Amino acid sequence: MPIAKTTLAALAAATMLVGLAGPASAQQEPLTGDLRIFLDTSNPAPRATMEDMIARFQEMHPDLAIETTIIDREAYKTQLRNFLSANAPDVATWHAGNRMAPYVEAGLLEDVSDLWDEETSRLLASSKASMTIDGKQWGVPYTYYQWGVYYREDLFQQYGLSEPETWDQFKDNCQTLLDNGVKCFAIGTKFLWTAAGWFDYINLRTNGYEFHMDLTAGRVPWTDERVRATFANWRELIDMNAYIDNHTSYSWQEALPFMVQGDAAMYLMGNFVVAPLREAGLTDDQIGFHQFPAIDDSIPMAEDAPTDTFHIPAQAQNKEAARAFLRYVVDAENQSIINAQLGQLPINSAATIEDDEFLAEGFEMLSNAHALAQFFDRDAPAEMAKAGMEGFQEFMVRPDNLDAILQRLERVRQRVY
Amino acid sequence: MVAVATPPKEAARKAEAPTAFGGYWRRNQLKLAPWLFLAPGAAMFLLYVIFPIVQSFQISFYEWDGLGAKEWVGLRNYEELWWDDAFYTSLRNNVIWLVLYLLAIPAGLFIALFLNQTVAGIRIYKSLFFFPFVISQVVVGLVFAWFYDPTFGLFNELLGVFGLGPVAVLGDPDLVTYGIIAAGLWPQTAYCMILYLTGLNAVDPEQIEAGRLDGAKGWRMLWYVVLPQLRPATFIAFVVTIIGALRSFDLVSVMTAGGPFGESRVLAYYMFEVALSEYGFRMGYGAAIAVVLFLIMMIYIAFFLTKMYRDEKGV
Repeated sequence: MPIAKTTLAALAAATMLVGLAGPASAQQEPLTGDLRIFLDTSNPAPRATMEDMIARFQEMHPDLAIETTIIDREAYKTQLRNFLSANAPDVATWHAGNRMAPYVEAGLLEDVSDLWDEETSRLLASSKASMTIDGKQWGVPYTYYQWGVYYREDLFQQYGLSEPETWDQFKDNCQTLLDNGVKCFAIGTKFLWTAAGWFDYINLRTNGYEFHMDLTAGRVPWTDERVRATFANWRELIDMNAYIDNHTSYSWQEALPFMVQGDAAMYLMGNFVVAPLREAGLTDDQIGFHQFPAIDDSIPMAEDAPTDTFHIPAQAQNKEAARAFLRYVVDAENQSIINAQLGQLPINSAATIEDDEFLAEGFEMLSNAHALAQFFDRDAPAEMAKAGMEGFQEFMVRPDNLDAILQRLERVRQRVY
Repeated sequence: MVAVATPPKEAARKAEAPTAFGGYWRRNQLKLAPWLFLAPGAAMFLLYVIFPIVQSFQISFYEWDGLGAKEWVGLRNYEELWWDDAFYTSLRNNVIWLVLYLLAIPAGLFIALFLNQTVAGIRIYKSLFFFPFVISQVVVGLVFAWFYDPTFGLFNELLGVFGLGPVAVLGDPDLVTYGIIAAGLWPQTAYCMILYLTGLNAVDPEQIEAGRLDGAKGWRMLWYVVLPQLRPATFIAFVVTIIGALRSFDLVSVMTAGGPFGESRVLAYYMFEVALSEYGFRMGYGAAIAVVLFLIMMIYIAFFLTKMYRDEKGV
């Protein structure tokens, strides 16, 4: 008995010494045990990227038994709450902003403020706010991407159009296309969120970032005149018949052929649309990108740029290894590599950006942006997001229902917040 | 019955040295045995059916996101249902489903009568007609979604032949529910057909013969001689079709996810959406919807049970 006690005491002391030695030497200590990682990056390219990244981390820590589970992106959204509250992994992917709020409030995510030391905070400054709840940070970002208007450059040349800078030019371009039998915008609203992209941009341009944030945070009633102004602007496009017909039947991928075949000329989307457009046979000469044009000159331009993140569940078993992994995720060199593969933008400002015209344009646009919004369904709480996106879709089909839609959204707002 | 009544050897030996329990067992064996046989099934039924039902009732009085603490809100979830447009849309769609789904019964009967002949290769035809019931509802949903596709789908090609269309069935809020029901009727008709084919096998040839001697044929024969004998099959077809219509979920989920803007929702799907989908997690509200759906189903279940009870007593 006494011997066992002494051993225990010695062990405890040793552990404390290691703990006291600080992060610098802790990183040198070889990591052991299991590290279970759950990922939602189920599409082929991101999947390969993540597997690569984990393989490189494994090389650095050969004694660590890493077990990776990749879950279908849509299924992940519903499974997350289950596995966070029972049988949690050590590391899990998710999204920044309001999308992580319920899990933080339920105490399911680990406070990782210690990873956000001064230097890291400086390098990741652009996303720190969206990772912060109650003054603490609950995860680290690994990528983000710009939203904007992707268009068929060859069609624009054919009809003598140029990248619009004002709302009027935007509509004039559209009218020219319509006169030539080409729809302006491809869109598939079957899964609703694509319509939210349009709402985000028209609202950001009509009322500005601060108002948009107030609205998604529930501080402004949906029946406000300024919200109506946004919908009035949107309606101008709808009344022109600018969108492809029957968009409620398609997912965003199913609407791509319209742009590829030249039946529609533009697509408001995140940068992830470039890869499938290229795969469908369009060359970079045929694809162009421009910022969503200004509607009101006095309003500074803010952009949508959703951030994807890594988190440590509160019930994780191997938090030491998980922290090491998160440190590796935000590392500038690693972020350069994975974002080059993902075709997206690194958060770490010391990372280099892949030589790609869309990434370069997007990076420049985001660097000069007045502010960055996450996206409607990440800025607004889930219930509000769902009701809102359904309302947007209904508005795109039946714009005359606007009053009923806004009243419904207002009722939801009063209940949710 | 005789086999049960004969006391097995074990029991006989026990009877020689009667204990208090052995004596009780011997006296009540006939009464107890069925309950013993029922016990495992009843336990499962209690655990997986009755208990969740009670739990749903209970949860429907709380506001709960499935993670945090439950908050007692009394009848507030039901009050919210009362004002919820989406709930009425789902309810309306459920009624449409209920009415139109019943078309599967006459359609199934018609096909069964048609296939109830002795022709070479009739089994192949029967299999072909039964085939849709064998494939998964998810596959049925996918196939019909492609069929309805406004740009590339076969349905619009067909309409095009008559100079009509294109119609975006699944994208049109007025048509979408009917489109999904049409897809659902495909396997359901096959199911009713099988029920009737089995029923037709049991039709008494002597009665047909007698009817024929009395000059009955065609519709009169069907109405007065065949259909009365098919009554058990009709009853089962009625029950499964109504239950099938009320629990419709998979086709809605696969074909439209409730869209466009919730116009194709039914109660079961709305419950799932509210309680378990990506933007949902309102367990209390979902449970309230489930309770309403359960009560509606209860009407039919009660009808079904009383009918069964009366029939059994009649025998």
